[in-house]
Amino acid sequence: MTATYAFWLPLISTGVVGLSVAMYVILDGFDLGIGILFPYFPQEIERDQMMNSVAPFWDGNETWLVLGGVWLLVAFPLAYSIITPALYVPLIAMLLALVFRGVAFEFRWVAKPHHRKWDIAFAAGSTVAAFAQGTMVGGLLNGFRVEAGQFAGGPLDWLTPFSVMCGVGLVVGYALLGACWLVMKTSGGVEKEARRFAKPLLLTLVAFIVLISVWTPLQFERVAVRWFSGRNLLYLSAVPLITAALAISCWRGLEGRHPTIAFNGAVGLFVISFVGLAISTLPYLAPPSITLWEAAASPKSQTFMLVGTTVFVPFALGYTAFVYHTFRGKIRPGEGYH
Amino acid sequence: MVDPHALLLARIQFGFTISVHIIFPAFSIGSSAFVATLLVLWRRTGSDHYHRIARFWTKIFAVSFAMGVVSGIPLSYELGTNWSRYSLATGNVIGPLIGYEVLTAFFLESTFLGIMLFGWTRVPPWLHVTSAVLVALGTMISGFWILAANSWMQTPAGHIVQNGVAIPVDWFRVIFNPSFPYRFTHMMTAAYLTTSVVVLAAGARYLLQGKFPEEARTMLRMGVGMVAILGPAQLFFGDQHGLNTLEHQPAKIAAMEGHWENTGPAALVLFAIPDQEGERNRAEIAIPRLGGLILKHDLNGRYAGLKDFPKADRPPVLPVFFAFRIMAGIGVLLITLGLTGAYLWSRGKLFTTRWYLQAATYSWPIGFIAILAGWITTETGRQPYVAYGIVRTENAMSPVGLATVATSLIAFVLVYTVVFSIGIYYIRRLVLGGPKAAHAPEALPNRPLSLGAQE
Repeated sequence: MTATYAFWLPLISTGVVGLSVAMYVILDGFDLGIGILFPYFPQEIERDQMMNSVAPFWDGNETWLVLGGVWLLVAFPLAYSIITPALYVPLIAMLLALVFRGVAFEFRWVAKPHHRKWDIAFAAGSTVAAFAQGTMVGGLLNGFRVEAGQFAGGPLDWLTPFSVMCGVGLVVGYALLGACWLVMKTSGGVEKEARRFAKPLLLTLVAFIVLISVWTPLQFERVAVRWFSGRNLLYLSAVPLITAALAISCWRGLEGRHPTIAFNGAVGLFVISFVGLAISTLPYLAPPSITLWEAAASPKSQTFMLVGTTVFVPFALGYTAFVYHTFRGKIRPGEGYH
Repeated sequence: MVDPHALLLARIQFGFTISVHIIFPAFSIGSSAFVATLLVLWRRTGSDHYHRIARFWTKIFAVSFAMGVVSGIPLSYELGTNWSRYSLATGNVIGPLIGYEVLTAFFLESTFLGIMLFGWTRVPPWLHVTSAVLVALGTMISGFWILAANSWMQTPAGHIVQNGVAIPVDWFRVIFNPSFPYRFTHMMTAAYLTTSVVVLAAGARYLLQGKFPEEARTMLRMGVGMVAILGPAQLFFGDQHGLNTLEHQPAKIAAMEGHWENTGPAALVLFAIPDQEGERNRAEIAIPRLGGLILKHDLNGRYAGLKDFPKADRPPVLPVFFAFRIMAGIGVLLITLGLTGAYLWSRGKLFTTRWYLQAATYSWPIGFIAILAGWITTETGRQPYVAYGIVRTENAMSPVGLATVATSLIAFVLVYTVVFSIGIYYIRRLVLGGPKAAHAPEALPNRPLSLGAQE
C-alpha cells in the first residue's frame, strides 16, 4: 500500500506540475505573442486594440506560472534546487522581462501621450520572456551536471545552439498563438494584418517542430531510445500524425471564417509539443540523473498540496472561464476602458 | 564552502527585492479594501460621490497592484536561484504554504481584478461590487498564507527535522505557529493603517487646494477615522507581538532593546549606538526599570540580555535596534495624527485647520517607512538563522558563483530602480490629478452584443 502510494504520488504531482505549466504556456502564450507582434502594428489605435484584447486576462494567465513553480518546489524540492540555479541566467532574464511586460499594461495608459517607451517595454519584455522560456526548455533537455545532489555546472551551461533554437522556436510559436488570438478577438485592420502574419508563422513553427523532433533524438541517446525502441515506435507515431492534423486544421481555420478553429489548432500544436517533450524527458525531472521519484518531497507535503489543488483549481478554472465569458466577443478599433 | 561575498550579495539581493515588493502589496491590501468599502457604501446610499472616489482609487490601486505582481514573482524563484539549500531544507513545509497562497488567493484576486478594473459598465453593479470585495478578500487571504510561511521561519512548529530537512507533521500547528496570529494582525493592521494615511493625505491636499471639496472631505473623514482607531490599536497589537517575540525569540528582543546584560530590573534604552564587538552601548540614554515594565509588565522585570547568547547566535544589533526605533517612532506620530484629527473633527474644525491639513499632506510616506523598518527589525533580528533554529543563513545559499549573483543583483537594482520609480511617479501624478481626471469617458473593451450581431 505504502509502496504504491510512494510510487503514484510523485507521478500525480508531476502531472499537476505539467498541467500548470501547460496552462501557463497556452494562456500567457497568446498575450506574450501579442507583445511579440507589437512592433509590426505601428499605429497607436491598433496597439490599443491589441492590448485591450488581453488586458483583463494577463494577470490571471501569469498566475499559472507561479503555480507551476511553487508546485515544483512543493513536490520536488530536490529538482527545484537543481533546476533553478542551473537555469539561473535565463530565469532571471525572464523574470525581469516579465516586469517590463507586466507594468506596461498599466503604465502605458497612465503615460499617454508619452507611452512610446512602454510600447517598447511591452514588445521587448514579451519577446525576451518568450525566448528565455524556450532556452530553458532546451537547457532542460540538455540536462544538468549534478554532484552530491547539487547543481555542479557553470552559469552558462544552458547556452547551446540547441537551446537558442528552442528559444527562437518558442518566440515563433507564441507569435502564432497571438496572431490567432487577434484574428479571433479583433476586427478591422488588426484582424486583417494578423491573418496575414499567421500563415507564415504557422509554417515556420511547423519547421521548428520538425527540426527539434529530428535534432533531439540525434543528440540525446535517451530520447532516441524512448521514441524508437520496439513497440514505442508504433504507439508514438501517433504524435507526429496528430501534429500534422493540427497544423492542417489551423491552416484551414485561417483560410475560412472560423478563427476559433485556427486558435484551437495553434493551442493543440502547443499541447502536442508539450506531450512530446514529456515523452522525451520523463521520468527525469532534472535529466540525466534525477528522476521524479528521487526528487519527491515528503508524502505529507504532496498530499496536503494535492488536497488544496483538487479543491481550489476547479474554482480557479471556473472563474477564469467566467472572466473569459464576460469579456467575450470582438473588440473594435477605438474601444478601450482606460 | 559558500563564498562569503556571494552570500552577502545574495542577501542584499533578497533584501532589496523583497523591500521594494512589500510596499506595493501593503498598499494593495489597503486600497482594495478601501475601494470595496466605497463601492458598498455607494450601493447602500446611492450617493454618487462614493462611486467617483472609488473609480479614482481603483486606478491608483491598479497601477500599484501590477507593480506588486511583477515584483512578487521573482521572489518565489529567487528561493531557488540564490537559496536552493534553504528550499531543500524547508521546501516541504514552506512550499505548500506558498502553494495555498497561489491556489486560494492569487487566482481569486487576479481573475476578479479583470472584472473590477474593466467591468464598470459591462457587468451588473452588484457583480462589480462583489468582484471588488473578492479582490480585497483575496489580498487578505494572500497575507494570511505568506505571513504563516514567514512566521514559521521565525517560530517553527508542527514539524520534525530529518537529516537537516524539516518534514511537516501537523499542518495546523505549522500554519498557526506561535508568532503567526500576532504577526498577521500586526501586518494587516499596518497595511490598512498605511493606506488610510495616504487617503488622509490626499484628502488634506485637495482641501488645501480647494479642489474636489466633496470627495476631499469624505477621504479626510474616512482617513482620520481609520487612523484614529487603527493607530492606537496597532500600539496594542505591537506590544502583544513583542511579548510573543520575547517568549520565542529572546535574542531578537534583546537586540531590539539594545539590552546586553540581565543583571537587574531592565532599563528602557531610548537611544544608544550598540557596539557588537565591544558588547555594550555607546552614548546610551536609558530610563531605569521601564524596560521591565514594558516587556514584563513589572517594575522589577528582568529578561535575557544579548550576553546570555553565544556570540555566534546573536543578530546584528545596530540595524535591529535602529529599525525598531524608527518603526515605533512613526507609530507614535501616526497615533498623534489620528487622535489630533479626531479631536478637530469632534470640534467641527477638521476641514478648516490649515496647520493640521498641511502636516497631513506630508504624512503619506511614513506608514511605508514604518512597514519597511518593522520588517528589517524582524528579519534581521532572526539572524543568524533563515529558519529559526533549523537553517543558518550561511548554509542556505545555492552553489552559484560571485559573478552570477553580482550580475543578477545589478540587473535587479537597475530594472527595479527605473521601473518602480517611474511607477511611483505615475501614482503621484494620478493622485495630484485628483478624482476628476479619472472621469474620462469609459468605453467597453468589447461588447457581447457585437458577437450577437455577427451570429
